[in-house]
Amino acid sequence: MSEHRFIGREIPRPDAGAKARGAAEYIHDITRPRMLYGKIKFSEHAHARIVNVDASRAERMPGVCAVLTASNTPEVRIGFLRDNFALKKGKVRQFRDEVAAVAAIDPEIAAEAVDAIRVEYEPLPGVFDPREALAEGAPLVHETDPSGKPRADNRVPLTFRHVSGDLPEARRRSAHIVSGQFSVPRIQQSCMGTAGCIAEMDDRGNLTIWAKTQIPFLAQRDFNRALADMGLPGRNSRVIVPALGGGFGTGLDTHAYEYIAILLARATGRPVKILYTREEEFAYLSPRQCAVVSIEQGCDSSGRLTFREIDVLQDNGAYTSWGATYPGVMMLPATSLYRVPAVRFEAQIVYTNNTYCQAMRGYGNPEVTWAIESNLDELAEAAGMDALDIRRLNSNRPGDVTPMGLKIGTCGLPECIDQTAARLGWSEKRGKGRSKRRGVGIASLMHVGGSGRIYRSDASGVIMRLDDFGNVYVYAGGVEMGQGHHAALAVGVAEFVGVRPENVIVNQTDTATCPWDVGTHASRGAFTALSAVALAAAKLRERLFELAAPVYAEELRRALRGHSDIGEIRPGLLDLADGRLFLKDGPLASDPRAPIELGKILRGIHFRPGGNMLTVEAFYDPPSELPDWEKGLGNMSATYAFGTQGVEVEVDEETGDVRILRIVAVHDVGRVLHPQALRGQIYGALAQGIGYGLYEEVRTERGRILNPSFTDYKLPTAGDMSFPIDVAFVETNDPAGPFGAKGVGEPGLVPTAPAIANAICDAIGIRIRDLPITPEKIVAALREKERGALET
Amino acid sequence: MKHPLAFTLNGSPVLGEVEGSKLLLEVLRDHFHLTGTKEGCGKGECGACTVLVDGRPVNSCLFPALEAEGREVTTIEGLPRGTELSAVQQAFVEQGGIQCGFCSPGMILSVQALLDRNPTPSESDIRDALVGNICRCTGYVQIVEAVHAAAGLRRGER
Repeated sequence: MSEHRFIGREIPRPDAGAKARGAAEYIHDITRPRMLYGKIKFSEHAHARIVNVDASRAERMPGVCAVLTASNTPEVRIGFLRDNFALKKGKVRQFRDEVAAVAAIDPEIAAEAVDAIRVEYEPLPGVFDPREALAEGAPLVHETDPSGKPRADNRVPLTFRHVSGDLPEARRRSAHIVSGQFSVPRIQQSCMGTAGCIAEMDDRGNLTIWAKTQIPFLAQRDFNRALADMGLPGRNSRVIVPALGGGFGTGLDTHAYEYIAILLARATGRPVKILYTREEEFAYLSPRQCAVVSIEQGCDSSGRLTFREIDVLQDNGAYTSWGATYPGVMMLPATSLYRVPAVRFEAQIVYTNNTYCQAMRGYGNPEVTWAIESNLDELAEAAGMDALDIRRLNSNRPGDVTPMGLKIGTCGLPECIDQTAARLGWSEKRGKGRSKRRGVGIASLMHVGGSGRIYRSDASGVIMRLDDFGNVYVYAGGVEMGQGHHAALAVGVAEFVGVRPENVIVNQTDTATCPWDVGTHASRGAFTALSAVALAAAKLRERLFELAAPVYAEELRRALRGHSDIGEIRPGLLDLADGRLFLKDGPLASDPRAPIELGKILRGIHFRPGGNMLTVEAFYDPPSELPDWEKGLGNMSATYAFGTQGVEVEVDEETGDVRILRIVAVHDVGRVLHPQALRGQIYGALAQGIGYGLYEEVRTERGRILNPSFTDYKLPTAGDMSFPIDVAFVETNDPAGPFGAKGVGEPGLVPTAPAIANAICDAIGIRIRDLPITPEKIVAALREKERGALET
Repeated sequence: MKHPLAFTLNGSPVLGEVEGSKLLLEVLRDHFHLTGTKEGCGKGECGACTVLVDGRPVNSCLFPALEAEGREVTTIEGLPRGTELSAVQQAFVEQGGIQCGFCSPGMILSVQALLDRNPTPSESDIRDALVGNICRCTGYVQIVEAVHAAAGLRRGER
């Protein structure tokens, strides 16, 4: 079916062998000569004045090389709004605030030294609920803004708003209006490889840092700014990305622990590693944002959506990460999932003394899709419509321009909805399993599929270098975090250039050798990197054929044993596939001796008077707009991904247990590049969606995290996932994407939870609005329903 | 206080001196530099540190190093013959059972132990054997497919 040699074929991932042998190097496995181990002293209060830090005992301990506090280090401001500090002075604003840090010759001594640091606090009243935090007279988390201006309240100064259409008129036209309030918890990204880094400074004040990051180049900018704060203006950072052990959004910001490692390396003149334990990861690494989403949707008597209003209240925690900009992505489904003529979206982001939050897969989209898709089922019910029909009727279509100004090119949503329904057995099952407490539910998604512009540049660069043996060395700034980025690069480069995937060598991401890339987020890795590869490959082939023509002619004559009558070999006659140059047409095109191995040609180009070697680079910035967040307008992606997922559940009304019987996921992926990695992305995202839907919550009490372990924080296991998962792809061959592909890293997570909730409602008539859908919530809702039935 | 320790590590006899408090994970990683054994939680909750002791999977983050005395310990580095991957490793590579790879060594060793005692496991045998190995990336689908494929490879099917 495919006209391609490698695209769409089952080819093992290039990184898998080393990982299977235990040979991949994660931050945990890297050591440097004379390396020290850093450890952080975290706050013991959610909100308190720091009265005194006594580190004298720690400083005297043998094996301790440095003890740092805010009072003996330069102030290093960090974070998306520069409202955070590497080490805190004056006061702590959350339980995990970094108060002091130690570097020692081994981890045990570092831990003992941290324990020996005594911090005296004067507790302050805290705010732990965003509504409380907005109340008049609420304690201020930050008394001043980063410029030193006094702050009047706990609002985070970020505005995300969209208003479009005639809302009053739309309400008047509505035959049915349904509102609801939905909530989503903080969850832990739970990378199996915990967070860590190694910082090393040279004698001129330049930094090399091995960082668990998804944004090496933005991290370089952040670290360079920190070096300037440390009195080293103009010095440079080199960011090297080891094997990642999972990312899921945790690598979209630089973190206090990284700056602390840099400060310790600067203070000691030795490399310093900081590595979080699992307990530290749970307690001191930012979880996914939590939010309350209030929604109201209306439809006319035929079921066409008339309007949608959404208000989001986001608990930021004490500091601001990139994750605070979730509402920028929330706007996408809010304005554009299904056709809605009038929309109002507003988000309020509030400081509290809770742990500050950061990004996770889906970046605001699952939070709002949870509300939209749950509420849409309620609207369908109010309108007396089938939940499938209301989705079919209102589905996005190719060529739509949505209220946010998103230009929908290809759109496989109608097909995704239909295929999901057919595969799930919708018409036989929906509304018919009550007696067995069985139900089916569906939910759809729309997400950025052609990168997502949330920064001035949305670009990816690539450098490709040919060696003397026909290998292509690829230097790209994107990050392989487990998703299969290197697999996409291997097949994409092989296909575009005309070599075999095993001759594509993808280099470790390193800001010293790789060209700039904004980061691996927004499901953009394969889309932008391969778009850059397409540009670079065209240049490479043009230059190669130009240089190769005379060499190829010589080699061909030799292969034909002196047969001199080969005519003129012009560059335009040459082609390259499977690592061999050949003639596109002419009498010799079909001669088995005509294809000549690329390495031989390259050596011929290289080893001659005035010889040459080939290196090309390209930079791809997608044709998208940075939205105006205050107006909520802008076509943020070059194309959009769509999908629908269906779930069948059985609910035990005694215990509240939800058993998933099967899941169907049909996604518009544009074009399948690497089926194995693609399925892996959908399966994995689905599993995370199931965790989000049914199990996961970082529980807190007055800012303290109560469940910092896998025993108390449940992730889906192989046992939990023992049901059939039916995954299918709709190929819309998007003209914007490399080979027609769209991004797919996040979509599988997005509609999973609402599809489960809709199935539960179909099974037992209970609507759960707060994630996770625990057995306790189901039992409580059933009891309430019974009480209501008795009273009426 | 250090104690002598002698055991068989990936088929070769080894000798060492370790503190009584040391765990097998620490000795494998720090003393023998076998960094394929991963620490995911340090509490026996995630299975990333799984190694085989006398063929049985154990969480090396909980297993006192001195308990290895006289026993046979197999780590992920002990599975390949030279650079040739074992059947289980090969199947994980071919079936896409590996994403970030951090859980993979422990996962693969749990599968190795399963197939050693049960060459034809059912789907539920496989899932039972893997309940102690958490993976955040894959949703376990291609891991389970890899186990079926590995069982086939070991029976000589291709």
